[in-house]
Amino acid sequence: MAHFIDRRLNGKNKSAVNRQRFIRRYKQQIKQAVSDAISKRSVTDINNGEKVSIPGKDITEPFFHQGQGGHRERVHPGNDQFSPGDKIKRPQGGQGGGSGQGDASADGEGEDEFVFSISKDEYLDLLFEDLELPNLKKNQLDKLVQYKNVRAGFRSEGVPTNIDIVRSLQGSLARRVAMTAGKKRELHELEAKLALVEAEPVPDQHQLMALREQIELLEKRIGAVPFIDSFDLRFRNFQKRPEPTSKAVMFCLMDVSGSMDQATKDMAKRFYILLYMFLSRSYKNVEVVYIRHHTQAKEVDEQEFFYSQETGGTIVSSALKMMADIVKDRYNPAEWNIYAAQASDGDNWADDSPQCADLLAQQILPFVRYYAYIEITPRPHQSLWLEYEKLQQSFDNFAIQPIRQVADIYPVFRELFKKQAA
Amino acid sequence: MSSVEQKQPLSDGPDWSFELLGQYQAEIERVAKLYKLDTYPNQIEVITAEQMMDAYSSVGMPIGYNHWSYGKKFIQTEQNYKRGFMGLAYEIVINSNPCIAYLMEENTMTMQALVMAHACYGHNSFFKNNYLFRTWTDASSIIDYLVFAKQYLSHCEEKYGISEVEDMLDSCHALMNYGVDRYKRPQKISMDEEQKRQKDREAYLQSQVNQLWKTIPNKGDLSAEHEYRFPSEPQENILYFIEKNAPLLKPWQREVVRIVRKISQYFYPQKQTQVMNEGWATFWHYTILQHMYQENLVTDKFILEVLHNHTNVVFQPEYHSKYYSGINPYALGYAMFTDLRRICEHPTEEDKEWFPDIAGSDWLETLHFAMQNFKDESFISQYLSPKIIRDFHLFAITDDDKESTLEVAAIHNAEGYQQIRQTLSAQYNLSNIEPNIQVYSADITGDRSLTLRFIPNKRIPLSDNFQQVLKHVHRLWGFNVQLEQLNEDGSVKLLGSCPL
Repeated sequence: MAHFIDRRLNGKNKSAVNRQRFIRRYKQQIKQAVSDAISKRSVTDINNGEKVSIPGKDITEPFFHQGQGGHRERVHPGNDQFSPGDKIKRPQGGQGGGSGQGDASADGEGEDEFVFSISKDEYLDLLFEDLELPNLKKNQLDKLVQYKNVRAGFRSEGVPTNIDIVRSLQGSLARRVAMTAGKKRELHELEAKLALVEAEPVPDQHQLMALREQIELLEKRIGAVPFIDSFDLRFRNFQKRPEPTSKAVMFCLMDVSGSMDQATKDMAKRFYILLYMFLSRSYKNVEVVYIRHHTQAKEVDEQEFFYSQETGGTIVSSALKMMADIVKDRYNPAEWNIYAAQASDGDNWADDSPQCADLLAQQILPFVRYYAYIEITPRPHQSLWLEYEKLQQSFDNFAIQPIRQVADIYPVFRELFKKQAA
Repeated sequence: MSSVEQKQPLSDGPDWSFELLGQYQAEIERVAKLYKLDTYPNQIEVITAEQMMDAYSSVGMPIGYNHWSYGKKFIQTEQNYKRGFMGLAYEIVINSNPCIAYLMEENTMTMQALVMAHACYGHNSFFKNNYLFRTWTDASSIIDYLVFAKQYLSHCEEKYGISEVEDMLDSCHALMNYGVDRYKRPQKISMDEEQKRQKDREAYLQSQVNQLWKTIPNKGDLSAEHEYRFPSEPQENILYFIEKNAPLLKPWQREVVRIVRKISQYFYPQKQTQVMNEGWATFWHYTILQHMYQENLVTDKFILEVLHNHTNVVFQPEYHSKYYSGINPYALGYAMFTDLRRICEHPTEEDKEWFPDIAGSDWLETLHFAMQNFKDESFISQYLSPKIIRDFHLFAITDDDKESTLEVAAIHNAEGYQQIRQTLSAQYNLSNIEPNIQVYSADITGDRSLTLRFIPNKRIPLSDNFQQVLKHVHRLWGFNVQLEQLNEDGSVKLLGSCPL
């Protein structure tokens, strides 16, 4: 009257559809939470999902139920002190302590936040949703080539340091066996014959002499086979194999002068995140260098880069100079793939802009894989843009794009990198 | 059953195997038969913890239609489970024929045996024999009906869009507690009939509705018209009323209302028999496994693990404990069934006075009778003995918002027994817990507005989120909706309306 079914192999995600429905319904709230979360998140942190919290009161399911007040009677267990007629002070905070069966908060209505986690993919989908992010294709980036020595079998010529002793002795043993086996067999036969002759009551002296002579000759010939011959030697072989370097460094340059507000910085941050995601699909290790500048440039950590307030004017060349210096010091262009993204609202001292163009053309663009400049501003372009525009014609690893609103980021990003792929 | 033969004990695990499960199941079934437990055939499914969470979030329906609220429940369960705030239930059992019970993979052999005795013989026999379940649910067709509901709703989603269906379900869920006929015996539901009839019903229902609303005001007899109220009597089944009479619902929307209503009806008995159902199952897992222990079928180690879990299940924290959250239905139910057996087997003078008709009777027959013919409310008012009241140290508190203090109304002494029994019984009466709201009138000749009437029980007001529920009623009804309150003095107060 009973049968057992093993359901363990059935899918466990029976609730997946309902979970999607939930996320679909609360997309606005979740998206808000995700965009809030981005400011707490590091640029390089793209492998995790996100914890999302939405206000508990938004997701309750209302139904008619009793409120507080009126006349109630309840039974409780564990009387340890009361007698009929005792008066008890009403517990504070509604019916705490007193009332049992869930009339206190049967609807789960509270100001508690409803917190849950979304996966990495859900996070990225939501984050770039208004950018309509398609699946990123792994573009063929122009990678730097390095050579690495790798073992490639054995060869019979080489320098003494590369002699492989085991292989060489194996060869020697084989050669010795091959060269002496026939002679040894003959020797054994002669020795046996000699023993027979010697065993005779009257040995034939003549025969004995001849046999001994033959044996001596054979032993001499066997002894003449060398223990090791140059023919036996084996050398380890090495080959140079070209290997794309997996090291990349990404320079984030940003103007932090008074004219850059937090919204602009957040837009820039999204751009940097995209670039980082993109690069980390092509390279194993991506380092990030943050350089911010107003009239002076400074290398900072991520937190300071995005969230510290500065005021003052803008001299872009200071940051470019600093980048060139850092490259010289720490990131040898022969070993590192260098990428740079510069974000600015376009402000610059007018006579600094030509200097920037010079710096880029001479000290930076020859060494970097790609340099992207995004100008986040609704205003008309200024001197920096005009200088950069001229530069763009002579360098194909240099791109500039204006961004006006958040929705522009992804198309601009794609535009920037499409050019490279072509 | 007193003749105890000695047998070879079954392996006590801790790891289980399907072979061992089968052996235990056979023995448990043999013992259950000795105690005349009458059950549906069992379908025992072994699942993983993740699958258990899935089962949780679909509120115990093996096949649920899709709705965001189940996703929410799943996320909550998952969060709590992962953070270690809660363990998962050892089992879930479904009132269906065959009776489906889930065993969790992680359980030890002992726990699997405990769960089988509890769910597959305890709950199962309760589902099959209790009058509420016999009246309100049809175990053989529920799975078919859920399949039908799921198919129908996903069909609607394809046809009318996910959002449309979701809106309907949201609104119906808000009124789910008001989708039950309390006094009329419901029809049985099954998929075959359902599908056959569903198409006809669409057309028929719509024609009925059209008929009702086609009534062009009759200019002749104005005075008679004012007398006439529709519905002629207040209707407690609000969803049913909406399904049959809402002017603007499309046929498929009426069917959605009906599905929610039917599922609400399916769960209606479970809400009213929590104490009895859990008490019955707990009593039997204890009794069956003890019987097996006496037959030497299970080891000491096995029975100790059983007892350990059993005591956890029937633990009742006291009112001042931080773990206290009301009366534990397992504890109360188990104590009452155990006590009933004691009253039959070893009655005291007190028992003879309180329970003259059952003291000294055949305990098995008495227990089966009690299980078959009561729900929590009536079970308590019939069988809560003074001994239980004393053992639990029960006391009743009166909380009147007109008084500044609470008052102890009765305690566990001779004067208090009767009152505690009544108060506790009332505590399990659904009509004391759920606000009494009925369809009072629908203005079919005028502005088509719908009036709901709330009748407070002992001056307990409606929780102030009713405005949100009214929005849902309005969505279903399509015209103005008012909610009135009928006070004790007969006056009527307008609580709210939608649109405002």
